[in-house]
Amino acid sequence: MALDKIGIAKRIAQELRDGWYVNLGIGIPTLVANYIPEGVNVEFQSENGILGMGPFPFEGEEDADLINAGKQTITHLPGAVYFDSATSFAMIRGQHVQLTVLGAMEVADNGDIANWKIPGRMVKGMGGAMDLVASADNIIVAMMHTNKKGESKLLKQCTLPITGVQCVKRVVTNLAVVDIVEGGFKLIERAPGVSVEEIKNATEGNLIVEGDIPEMRI
Amino acid sequence: MINKVVANAQEATKGIESGMTMMFGGFGLCGIPENAIQAIVESKINNLVCISNNAGVDDFGLGFMLQTKQIKKMIASYVGENDEFERQMLSGELEVDLIPQGSLAERCRAGGAGIPAFFTPAGYGTEVAEGKEVRVYNGKPHILETALTADFAFVKAWKGDEAGNLIFKGTARNFNPMMAMAGKITVAEVEELVPAGELNPNEIHTPGIFVQRIFKGANFEKRIEQRTVRTRD
Repeated sequence: MALDKIGIAKRIAQELRDGWYVNLGIGIPTLVANYIPEGVNVEFQSENGILGMGPFPFEGEEDADLINAGKQTITHLPGAVYFDSATSFAMIRGQHVQLTVLGAMEVADNGDIANWKIPGRMVKGMGGAMDLVASADNIIVAMMHTNKKGESKLLKQCTLPITGVQCVKRVVTNLAVVDIVEGGFKLIERAPGVSVEEIKNATEGNLIVEGDIPEMRI
Repeated sequence: MINKVVANAQEATKGIESGMTMMFGGFGLCGIPENAIQAIVESKINNLVCISNNAGVDDFGLGFMLQTKQIKKMIASYVGENDEFERQMLSGELEVDLIPQGSLAERCRAGGAGIPAFFTPAGYGTEVAEGKEVRVYNGKPHILETALTADFAFVKAWKGDEAGNLIFKGTARNFNPMMAMAGKITVAEVEELVPAGELNPNEIHTPGIFVQRIFKGANFEKRIEQRTVRTRD
């Protein structure tokens, strides 16, 4: 069975390591914060100026001065700190954040990512995405393997305007975990019950399959 | 102590003219200078170049100034929450420069700090890099970005004193400190205005040297864009 958004978030949460500072993009990535593994202490950074982001508030406790990058109301955890946008992007650009998770419309098998513009249709802007992908060492993309039309989102080359070049390290989709390596996408894991064949058919870019591919353990 | 206090938003916006470049603090609707925006809407000046991370929503924040067609050009990093904005942009009525958020923040900081230009990796290899010099540092390509300044910068703070010193609250800080630095005339509106000496010098976020006019906002709606809650288990 292919994963849903929550399954993707749960699998990515397994990548968190104790002591990491992590930036989660809007959409599926925000769900990762709900599945932090036992015993792993991480701090979530939000580009709009908070470190130590907490969960959503209870009803009636919303604070208009406390929001995340998606403009949702949040809370803060003990040890949290607020700062301005220049300082925020100093943390990001200066590589003080160990993991960045974001969504994408397309990922190319050389690691290029497109997630900010569909010319003539959707031009909302890149926000912090270009800074994040240009600066982070460890970038994981969370997305569906195919788009609404059933077309692959893991391509030989991005067709949409690029957000960053050769920057994605790992992609977690509803079908698979793939790493970007020399030569293309290397298949690392299959979603439970999903076959290598199904993943090959859904991947337009070069897919490298070596040996037995294990299932994700969620 | 140099006194920066003005009575209200009308006094604070004296001297604004059509065609000017203006900066507006805020991230989404959080930390926006609501009262200054209201005064600008009432002034009916137009052909403005506006620099702000976002463009408000259809019926709040900079969205008001879009409705009244006062903005000629918008420099922002994300304009997704405003349908009227997207419409004006796609139709060509509104000129738009979309720039990476971190670059926007640093360009404002640089503008206030006397740094005319700097290199950043953000945007290299994308359309943002078109026409910009590229240099390789530490084996990685970077593009040249220039400083941003403005005729007026409108910022919002939580507390301020008569000397123009500012303290921000939570994530309402965001772009306000850098834009305060980069404005030729910086206007700060605050929720609480106190006499000089009441704020602890250790706790001030933006020194009053960057602020030319300060006033207590008459009204702050502090609208929440996405009220999101969790249930008690």
